[in-house]
Amino acid sequence: MKVTEKDVENVAVLSRLSVSADKMDKYINDLNNFLEYVDVIQKADTENVKPTAHVLPLQNVFRDDIVKPSLDREAALSNAPEKEDGYFKVPRIIE
Amino acid sequence: MDLYKQPAHVLHDMLENKEITAVEMTKNFIARINSFDNKIGAYITKMSDTALKTAETVDADIANGKKINFLTGLPGAVKDNICTLGTKTTCASEMLKNFVPPYNASVMEKLNKEKAIILGKTNMDEFAMGGSTENSAFFTTHNPWNTEYVPGGSSGGSAAAVASGLAAWALGSDTGGSIRQPASFCGIVGMKPTYGRVSRYGLIAYASSLDQIGPLTRDVTDCANILNIISGYDEKDSTSIKKDIPDYTKSLVQNVKGLKIGIPKEFFIEGMNKEVYTAVKKAVSDLEAMGAEVRNISLPHTKYAIAAYYLIAPAEATTNLSRYDGVSYGARVPGEDIVAMMTNTRTAKFGDEVKRRIMIGNYALSAGYYDAYYLKALKIRTLVKEDYDKAFEKVDIIVAPNAPTPAYKIGSIINDPLQMYLQDICTVPLNLAGLPGISLPCGFSRDGLPIGMQIIGKPLDEETIIKTAYTYEQSNDFHKKFSGVE
Repeated sequence: MKVTEKDVENVAVLSRLSVSADKMDKYINDLNNFLEYVDVIQKADTENVKPTAHVLPLQNVFRDDIVKPSLDREAALSNAPEKEDGYFKVPRIIE
Repeated sequence: MDLYKQPAHVLHDMLENKEITAVEMTKNFIARINSFDNKIGAYITKMSDTALKTAETVDADIANGKKINFLTGLPGAVKDNICTLGTKTTCASEMLKNFVPPYNASVMEKLNKEKAIILGKTNMDEFAMGGSTENSAFFTTHNPWNTEYVPGGSSGGSAAAVASGLAAWALGSDTGGSIRQPASFCGIVGMKPTYGRVSRYGLIAYASSLDQIGPLTRDVTDCANILNIISGYDEKDSTSIKKDIPDYTKSLVQNVKGLKIGIPKEFFIEGMNKEVYTAVKKAVSDLEAMGAEVRNISLPHTKYAIAAYYLIAPAEATTNLSRYDGVSYGARVPGEDIVAMMTNTRTAKFGDEVKRRIMIGNYALSAGYYDAYYLKALKIRTLVKEDYDKAFEKVDIIVAPNAPTPAYKIGSIINDPLQMYLQDICTVPLNLAGLPGISLPCGFSRDGLPIGMQIIGKPLDEETIIKTAYTYEQSNDFHKKFSGVE
């Protein structure tokens, strides 16, 4: 199945990226070439194979519920692109 | 004696024997960086002032009769995706160009406890996505053996720094080969430990189930010593392994008698560079002559590994990089509403390769394609891991090339992403299986470019890898050759 301009636009929205008109053909081409290559995995027999999301057999990695100091406000805000009165500042969300 | 050509263990001995001070040693490396890094481009951020201050405290400690540890007072470098409190950590991205972490990565805490000298933060492919360091948003790093060639990637800055004597040791990170392949291209030693052996806390995440921090060094002795320092359980990393750490320096022995070495036919692929093939095969026959038993093995699912990796890694990257939204840290480009602000920020501040992988990841995870791509890739991951489990029932160690070719020319394949991805065929399967692996020099091409061999071990069996690597290293002088600019 070939990737269309609509597919790229949809994935771009999900990715919070915009694809300019002059780069659209390149994205379609790159994604098609990539998907054509990765289709090799469809040849593998994975019937009854469980997926491995993680190579370590770790389960329930909990720590003791002890209150510890967290990053203080000034440090947390130190890299904010915009801040005001001790808060992160963002464009208005609710009209 | 040229200090910058020496491995870290020789410099450590000099410091311990009071043949030199930490300040003298640090000044020596800083002067070399100031003279030659313009030809290599290893460093994004230089930390000369803090390096000298640390060196002064080390000299005071030594004067007071305090015993020094292995890295105490030794000048090294850290990849710029490892968070350093108070010092910029950019991930070679415009997105994090001005990011100053308010905390240290756990490995940095360990290095600081040793009073290791950090000369600076090294260049890399943006967010560790790439195999050539050409994807840095700032500049390309050059291979010290021939500056027209790539140093490999994504830890290309760390590898080039060590290879050219701009650091005595370095740390990198390996998601699909990003320590081993640049070590191979630059003629040094690079190790990816078992997944979970070294804490990832404070490593800026690319693909969390694959990323692992490890050392880049001039020889195997340095590698074992640094592994001793950076390994260990960390409660801040939920994927960290709670197991005792052996003293890896005890594996620095010359003995491969009776060691069963597996040679996987799938790693000696058709079309691979003849000089690489010959050099690695020669290394295997050298080990055989020293008493190892060589057996041909098969890892049949290797042929699916690259495709599975390039679905899994971008899927994880998509999730990890969703935090760069222009709100709490990193760059921001204004927009008329919050969605426009986020979209403008990400579009302007991520590089092409990062955007490509985010798009691939979102495609693979999106409704309708999840089962066919992402879930299928996770099942392939199981098969790849099972291949190794079966192989290790018959052999103790596996030997293979690191890359199908030596370093290639800057710009030669950067515009062909698929060709670039195929370069990772020899390194990626280990990350999928979480296995440890080392790269060390085993020869040179006719053009004078280094060739690396890869030694792959069972999970948590770094000791056998180090023993095999050390035995091989002591039988030749490839690791003693120096590439650096003069």
